[in-house]
Amino acid sequence: MSAWSGVRDWLDQRFGWDDLIAPLRHKTVPLHRLSYWYFLGGITLFLFIIQVLTGILLLLYYRPGANEAFESVQYIMTQVQFGWLIRSIHSWSANLMIFTAFAHMFSVLFLKAYRKPRELTWVSGVILLFIVLGFGFSGYLLPWNTLAFFATKVGTQITGQVPIVGRPLMIFLRGGEEVTGATLTRFFGFHVAVLPGLATMLIALHLLFVQRFGISVPPSVESEWQNRPKSVREMRFFPNFMLREMIAWYVGLGVLGALAALFPWNLGVKADPFGSAPAGIKPEWYFLFMFQTLKLIPSRIWIIDGEVLGVLGFGLAAVIWLLLPFFESAPPAKPKSWITGLAVFALAYIAGMSIYGHFAK
Amino acid sequence: MFTCMSNPVTPASQLILRLTGTLDYNGQLAEPASLSNISDSGVEMNDPGVRDSSSPQTPPPRRHFVQVVLGSGFIAAAVAFVYPVIRYLIPPKVSDLGSDSVVAGHVGELKPNTGKVFRFGSRPGLLVRGADGEYHAMSAVCTHLGCTVQYREDLRRVWCACHNGMYDLNGRNVSGPPPRPLDLFEVQVRNDEIFVRRRREA
Repeated sequence: MSAWSGVRDWLDQRFGWDDLIAPLRHKTVPLHRLSYWYFLGGITLFLFIIQVLTGILLLLYYRPGANEAFESVQYIMTQVQFGWLIRSIHSWSANLMIFTAFAHMFSVLFLKAYRKPRELTWVSGVILLFIVLGFGFSGYLLPWNTLAFFATKVGTQITGQVPIVGRPLMIFLRGGEEVTGATLTRFFGFHVAVLPGLATMLIALHLLFVQRFGISVPPSVESEWQNRPKSVREMRFFPNFMLREMIAWYVGLGVLGALAALFPWNLGVKADPFGSAPAGIKPEWYFLFMFQTLKLIPSRIWIIDGEVLGVLGFGLAAVIWLLLPFFESAPPAKPKSWITGLAVFALAYIAGMSIYGHFAK
Repeated sequence: MFTCMSNPVTPASQLILRLTGTLDYNGQLAEPASLSNISDSGVEMNDPGVRDSSSPQTPPPRRHFVQVVLGSGFIAAAVAFVYPVIRYLIPPKVSDLGSDSVVAGHVGELKPNTGKVFRFGSRPGLLVRGADGEYHAMSAVCTHLGCTVQYREDLRRVWCACHNGMYDLNGRNVSGPPPRPLDLFEVQVRNDEIFVRRRREA
């Protein structure tokens, strides 16, 4: 009896280890020409793990507060050995995670994986995407540089535009009427405690749903398989798919390390609450499409302020997006074409507005 | 189903069972309702917990009493925990110690056709010396989304870098997304100092 099987027997006798991992053993992954898209969720999870680890490392030196946040990040980047690398990985991994989360979402949308019975998997995933954007927004302020200061000013002011609840919510987020050191400590709390807790719970739920319902097969492949049952191909999740996923994570780590080392993240200039917003100021790329939209909306439409309309519009879009599976037909009925149309439009709008926002003056 | 007439019932558990109406006062465990002791009308016949057979839906008085006391206790405890937390989350009001008037700069500091941001209480203000040499002062908080504006010498306009909003020297919003004009301040030059005052009227 090898050492490993000894440990396994011991665990099995204490809490039924074999029963516990039995579902994992029976789990299979469908194999077809679109199987590559199945890797995206796992890569997003991998980048989240990287974020937790590098985030803990940054916590050892970071100090929240208007008078020391910028200096402490500067200290991490110039004095602490490999501090620049850890911070660079944290920033790059954050951006890549947002990208892979978006890519994962659109792949699920186009492969029709959100339909019955997987509606709640979609809902938990969209909430996770909002949480990830919250991570991006709150983390962006922590170095307390000029860009972050004004991005936070604008972002929280946008929250303040929501009728009735907006203003109290803005004061809650800012910790006062203005963006100050009080905002920084709040955002720090959200970023390192509230959001990680929520995200961890939701990721567990999301994975549980995936485990319960198995992996979805896109309708085109499904019908092919029904016509020719002999063409059905599957791979065992454990260990076959898992090992492939590990290789994807390994490649991801290589890309991340190369990006972080070759293009270290800038720190910028320390925020001055009584300085003017610098020319050419823009939010991070993942908020650019909303930023550009708000820039293009006229100041007044009929009797409503333009930005109020923009904020309400994005809010409504987010709710529709969250509930999208509930408008969809259940398989084996054909997927509704307007939802595919909406998905194409959303992707084109986000991509187009982001590119426009990037090049617009 | 537990039919445990022969089970020993300790004094402590007797008290709990009495309070919750599971045990009658003869020390007998109340038999949970089963099909055998429900009459055709659906009324439980020999459940001692049911005192008023005319209204089988209402819980027995003692159990009801415990439910109400415990329930309201839990609600009160929850409120007692949640209320301070909610109050804690609302930041304390900071009194704006800045007066209605502030020294924004000194004569000779600004050349014609330049501007500077000054501190007015907790918010930034903008002092502009126009090309004609006249001083203008206004709030530097853009009415669109709250960025801090600046004076653009090339355009001779007040400009917000965040969303390309434009104001004239009287604070009027002339182009871009800003929905309202900037608050205008009064400027007084006394000796060497430029005083800026909030307007009291309006």
